[in-house]
Amino acid sequence: MVDAKTPEPPSLYAAREPVFPKKVYGKFRNLKWLIMAVTLGVYYLTPWIRWDRGPNLPDQAVLIDLANRRFFFFWIEIWPHEFYFIAGLLVMAGLGLFLFTSALGRVWCGYTCPQTVWTDLFILVERWIEGDRNARLRLHRQKKWDLRKLRLRLTKWIVWLLIGAATGGAWVFYFTDAPTLMGDLLMLSAHPVAYTTIAILTATTFFFGGIAREQVCTYACPWPRIQAAMIDEDTLIVGYRDWRGEPRKHSEAVKEGEPQGDCIDCMACVNVCPVGIDIRDGQQLECITCALCIDACDDIMEKIGKPRGLIDYMALTDETRERAGHPPKPIMQHILRPRTLMYTSLWSLVGILLVFALFVRPDIEMTVAPVRNPIFVTLADGSIRNTYEVRLLNKHGDDRPFRLSVTGDPAVRLQLEGTAYDTVSVPADSTKLQRLYLVAAPGAAAAQTKRSDIRLWVEDISNGERAYKNTVFNGKER
Amino acid sequence: MSKKSDQKHEVETTGHVWDGIEEYNNPLPRWWLWVLYACIAWGIWYVIAYPAWPMINQATAGYKGWSTRANIAVELAEAEAANAEINAKLASTELTMIAKDPELQSYAASAGNAVFKTWCAQCHGSGAAGTKGYPNLLDNDWLWGGDVDAIHTTIRHGVRSDDDDDTRYSEMPKFGEILEQEEITQVVNFVMSLSGTPDDASTVTPGSVVFADNCASCHADDGTGDREQGAPNLTDAIWLYGGDYDTLTQTVTNSRFGVMPPWSTRLSEAEMRAVAAYVHQLGGGE
Repeated sequence: MVDAKTPEPPSLYAAREPVFPKKVYGKFRNLKWLIMAVTLGVYYLTPWIRWDRGPNLPDQAVLIDLANRRFFFFWIEIWPHEFYFIAGLLVMAGLGLFLFTSALGRVWCGYTCPQTVWTDLFILVERWIEGDRNARLRLHRQKKWDLRKLRLRLTKWIVWLLIGAATGGAWVFYFTDAPTLMGDLLMLSAHPVAYTTIAILTATTFFFGGIAREQVCTYACPWPRIQAAMIDEDTLIVGYRDWRGEPRKHSEAVKEGEPQGDCIDCMACVNVCPVGIDIRDGQQLECITCALCIDACDDIMEKIGKPRGLIDYMALTDETRERAGHPPKPIMQHILRPRTLMYTSLWSLVGILLVFALFVRPDIEMTVAPVRNPIFVTLADGSIRNTYEVRLLNKHGDDRPFRLSVTGDPAVRLQLEGTAYDTVSVPADSTKLQRLYLVAAPGAAAAQTKRSDIRLWVEDISNGERAYKNTVFNGKER
Repeated sequence: MSKKSDQKHEVETTGHVWDGIEEYNNPLPRWWLWVLYACIAWGIWYVIAYPAWPMINQATAGYKGWSTRANIAVELAEAEAANAEINAKLASTELTMIAKDPELQSYAASAGNAVFKTWCAQCHGSGAAGTKGYPNLLDNDWLWGGDVDAIHTTIRHGVRSDDDDDTRYSEMPKFGEILEQEEITQVVNFVMSLSGTPDDASTVTPGSVVFADNCASCHADDGTGDREQGAPNLTDAIWLYGGDYDTLTQTVTNSRFGVMPPWSTRLSEAEMRAVAAYVHQLGGGE
């Protein structure tokens, strides 16, 4: 304490106040268990889903193939130049987050954020090994490290480490064939990068889920600060109906004879809180709206024969209405408002554009880079030759014969470097760089015009699919 | 518990107040401070271990002796070692067979490109289009031959070089010392007529006589040249120095003596073969 007479310099340290969330039952807790099972299941199991793409391509359904610069997602294959699909998905994720935040507040933080999900899992393990809140509190306050405390702590840490290793392990499987890598990992013959990645992710999972926990949300994460911009008075938040609960039991007002409100000051809401706050103090930066206090309070209200919802999802506009004696607005009236509708439209627009782009994108492509050093070459007979670096893209799972042709000027002939034919074979799922010559006879218009527009065509002979690129032919101006 | 809650509500302030808003002096979390201290410690170690303080000539070396220059030397040696096998293969494969082996051809073209950009681009241009007096390597007109063996020989021994006994050699006389000015005008007009329009058509017929007497021994009776002697083909559309009247008059009068160094003294056999393969696949190879 700072004494008025002998002021001490304020300490720069603030030790974490440990939080021991108590077990809770209820509909929101069940929803959280379900979401945890689904999200963790998706994360851990996705790399093991197989998807047959033929002999030349990997058969892993979701694979980020950094070495070959391909991203496989079930039937979709993304090449590096199609990265705008990923950018579009990120835009959708951002807009979706805005939408959910403006409608339901910090619902991302409370239910689906990996920090929340893994912390929840770690707390589950902690409770399973060390017991519920009171037992953990006792263990924490016990100064002496006897055998029991050592055994409990070690067991807990080992289980946490195993979860961390599984988390890091699942991560690396997204980047290479999972069964092969699993074998290599177990035989200790995998690439050091795999072990390093797993080690780092094991450590971070252990640290963030086991030790840092709510401090990540409170101190480190920028998202709680940003989302204040998306929340307004119609956003659903977790709040305490103090007009119904106050004055609470044990308060000065009750001792002085005022009628007691519904809150019996049982501290159930505080004891279950994973971020260690008292929701009855009002809206707080730390609150991730995990809704566990709602479950805890509803349970107590039922036991003492009062209606549920002393702590509940509500909007700030409801407070004024309820204080005036009106019922709260229906939830859909809070959710459907211009702001959320705008976010929904934007989100859908980007989604429709992406799906459209996905359907119209071609399976063969060509890029043409005219060689400009020099822009043309005069041949012995006076013909003018232009050179083009053509890159042919074959997105099929097998080798394809591509025929090249030119239109725009019949006097311009096409030749390919290294072959007497007009057809080249492009290997499966790759690109081929081919040098291409266009030759205009001495008298032809193209040979004597500074720039003529021409069009290069590529045709997949096996199925007739075509693509073209417009380019120019440089002649020798007379 | 009471002490704790007291502390919670009695927040230290900095004493700064604006419009009644006080600036809190909330303590930092301990872990955050430890990260800060760790960063400071790491910073000190880094300054000692790596080049850091700029001095007059160069920065302090650091006890680890790390330098990008040393790293690049290691990387170069590694690259050399990594390519040793394919370079040996390149040096021992028959030149005409290189193009038949896609892997070898691809390597030769890439390596040859690098060699060309380093050693050849100064005269022949980075796009190999040459310039006045330096042949364009992209077209299908060759002074000394355009198959890969001939290109390799030219690269290896050079042209009109004093340093190589097997160099490509020929010398055109300075006809200004041999012919009359009128004869030179006539032969220049004849040569121009071979590939296009002469400057003065009336002198073409006497020019053909001058050509047959003085030039045909090297440039052939029909003016198509002779690769054995590096005598250019005068009937095509390509001129090394220029095909206009003034330039041709100058060429005939004073002759030309373009040289190219023999590259066997500076390039390895694999490098010479690589650059020969590269030049051969630029579009004019035979």
